[in-house]
Amino acid sequence: MSWLRRPSEAPLWQDEFSVFTADERYVNRRQFTKFLTLTSFAMLAGNLWILARSIFYRAPKYAPLAVAALGEVPVGAVKLFAYPSPRDPCILVRPADDTYIAYSQKCTHLSCAVYYARAQNRLECPCHQGYFSITDGSVLQGPPQRPLPRVALETRDGKLFAVGMEGERT
Amino acid sequence: MFGMEFYVDPSRCIGCQSCLKACEECETHRGVSMINFDFVDRADSIATAAYVCWHCDNPTCAQVCPADAIKKYEDGIVGSSLKPRCIACSNCVLACPFGIPKLVPEYEQMMKCDMCYDRTSVGKRPMCATVCPSQALSYVTPETIAATRREKPVNTFWFGEQKITTKVFMMAPAATDAISIDVADYIWEGEHELAPQAF
Repeated sequence: MSWLRRPSEAPLWQDEFSVFTADERYVNRRQFTKFLTLTSFAMLAGNLWILARSIFYRAPKYAPLAVAALGEVPVGAVKLFAYPSPRDPCILVRPADDTYIAYSQKCTHLSCAVYYARAQNRLECPCHQGYFSITDGSVLQGPPQRPLPRVALETRDGKLFAVGMEGERT
Repeated sequence: MFGMEFYVDPSRCIGCQSCLKACEECETHRGVSMINFDFVDRADSIATAAYVCWHCDNPTCAQVCPADAIKKYEDGIVGSSLKPRCIACSNCVLACPFGIPKLVPEYEQMMKCDMCYDRTSVGKRPMCATVCPSQALSYVTPETIAATRREKPVNTFWFGEQKITTKVFMMAPAATDAISIDVADYIWEGEHELAPQAF
């Protein structure tokens, strides 16, 4: 418990049971109980706050953004865009002829930019070898704990539109 | 506390023992007197000395207490032993260089002067100082004592090599800075049996 004490020449028992009441560092049962009770109330209040937040949480709605025309991206190629704000880099991948899929480009570990590894058909982060599945963005290996947020796509008039973010808060 | 300090002047003591009776009425130790009262040399003299605990800055009694029962509070008062803690081992009785603590066998507890903590903590004078007719025990401001006494208040004591500074002052001759007591001076070294004490 040395980190609890200020540096002192005296042995621990003399510090805890000092002759001088002002220097006593012994925590008696009543103080400890008080601490436990107050901490429990603080924990309860914090948990209620978190509960209330999750109950009243509404996923934000973002304005649709035209990302690319159908066929603009060749099979196995990518297109980078920013959604929902210009500072949120995203990556659109066309792994198969009729499949378009888009993810946030920020690795969920330390926000390095992920890229599409075509040979392995997965998204890879070069910083710490965090690999993400191309089908649902889940973590395949590496330090990231959360899947990549997915960009919801819609086809309108032959154009791909980003219409929202999925799994931003996990 | 409240700008007042305790001054003991045994040379003014007239032996009336009012302080003993007044002390018994203090709330914190009702019925038991905490004054240390001595007949100095009863065979040859009528001199008496009444004094209270000196409330040392680094109290020896508390240092030797194995049960953490004696505490020095933030206003400088060394309290009497805490009843739930005191184990009546007499360590403090033997260790105190002034001979202040007393073991009360009926209560199996050490009791000593706590300067009427219930009174001094709210600005009143201790019981003994309120009744002492010659103010051998007085609880006044330093200005008052400087204006009314020839002696000098001293709170440094030497017991051999042990230096003790105290909260309570002893009135000493004006040239004195510290009171030195060589304990060996009081040890009987003669060939004859020590004469039985008169009290």
